[in-house]
Amino acid sequence: MLKIDSLEKGIVIDHITAGNGMKLYKLLNLDKLDCCVAVIKNAKSEKYGKKDIIKIDGITCVDLDILGFVDNNVTVCYIENGELIRKERPSLPSKLTNVIKCKNPRCISNAEEDIDHIFYLSDSETHKYRCIYCEQEYTDNH
Amino acid sequence: MRHLIDPLDFTKEEIGKILDLAEDISENTAAYAHKCDGKILATLFFEPSTRTRLSFESAMMRLGGKVLGFSSANSSSAAKGESVGDTIRTVSCYSDIIAMRHNKEGAPLVGSKYASVPVINAGDGGHQHPTQTLTDLLTIKKETGRLNNITVGLCGDLKFGRTVHSLIKSLARYEGIKFVLISPEELRVPDYIIEEVLVKGGHDFREVRTIEEVMPELDILYMTRVQRERFFNEEDYIRLKDSYILTKEKMALGKDSLRVLHPLPRVNEIAKEVDDDERAVYFKQVQNGVYVRMALIMTLLEIE
Ligand SMILES: [Zn+2]
Repeated sequence: MLKIDSLEKGIVIDHITAGNGMKLYKLLNLDKLDCCVAVIKNAKSEKYGKKDIIKIDGITCVDLDILGFVDNNVTVCYIENGELIRKERPSLPSKLTNVIKCKNPRCISNAEEDIDHIFYLSDSETHKYRCIYCEQEYTDNH
Repeated sequence: MRHLIDPLDFTKEEIGKILDLAEDISENTAAYAHKCDGKILATLFFEPSTRTRLSFESAMMRLGGKVLGFSSANSSSAAKGESVGDTIRTVSCYSDIIAMRHNKEGAPLVGSKYASVPVINAGDGGHQHPTQTLTDLLTIKKETGRLNNITVGLCGDLKFGRTVHSLIKSLARYEGIKFVLISPEELRVPDYIIEEVLVKGGHDFREVRTIEEVMPELDILYMTRVQRERFFNEEDYIRLKDSYILTKEKMALGKDSLRVLHPLPRVNEIAKEVDDDERAVYFKQVQNGVYVRMALIMTLLEIE
């Protein structure tokens, strides 16, 4: 049983915007990990009122590249021997592979299956990503 | 192995070398007649474009090479549902270099990932057409003797005109280019090009609504077609279209050293009467298109 409060070794992804926890869980492919993973929804946050938290028990080498793209509020805490050894804010990934899809109907990535959906960071100040095939900017209209 | 998918795939220096080679080819064409003996160019035109295809084929034949290919999707395996990747893999076995045109944006980039020979993007929908850009650069260089310190007027459909976008991005790499953007409000250069290329690069540019007001200062006037289907209503089109037609009267306002370019085909945006003006170089531009493609083919095949 994973103890929510104390990790001996692992990663805590904190300050996730409430509601993004499950989305991150899927996008980070945490369902494919063998170790114990907890997604905590709507935890109390002094700053934001509510937040989600993900705790990964036992390993510290997880590919968290896309974190910065999905939610740049988060902080990532790395824990070894029960102690916090590193705390970081995720940076924006320079490339996103099969995370988002191009919305341009004239783009080859929408015309053929089996094409990787790849975006590159075209402007790190404004967080703009463009499709490598048609260069259309990605806009997030949920 | 190199491909040419985006006009900016080559550095300014690499483009300089290709243009120098193209200039030499234009002056000593016979010396290049056997440079590609035994080589095969495949022209894979999933979307028809007779003009571009013939230019590529002429370029390869003038180098002594041979050509095979198809000129529309329905005469190709794409009609049977074959993927771009599979087609390119197959054709890589038949040829030494591929020129590919496709109506889907980014298709040549996908093709290049599967190719075992160099791929040239011969136009991908409304996206890129790098050999047109090389043609434009060669024409400007040959006609003005330089690629810096030029005042360039770009006129017509600056919103959808891909050749205009590529030309702006390419010229922005040279010193002292002044851009004059001449278009109706409805067909302005997209904001992202203004912000990401012109403003960010600190370039001298301005937007105007008529040719007349800027004609005397231009070194280059790059004309494009204003298409009826780009307007929401017929009235706007009729109201605006004449403003962007180049006539003898407007030419009279230009310098002697002005040169007029057009990617062709034209419809009515340049009056026929302008063709006889020595400053109209759009048919020379077509010839330059063959020379620059010859230089590009040699460069990608690494032939000295
Ligand atoms: Zn795309």
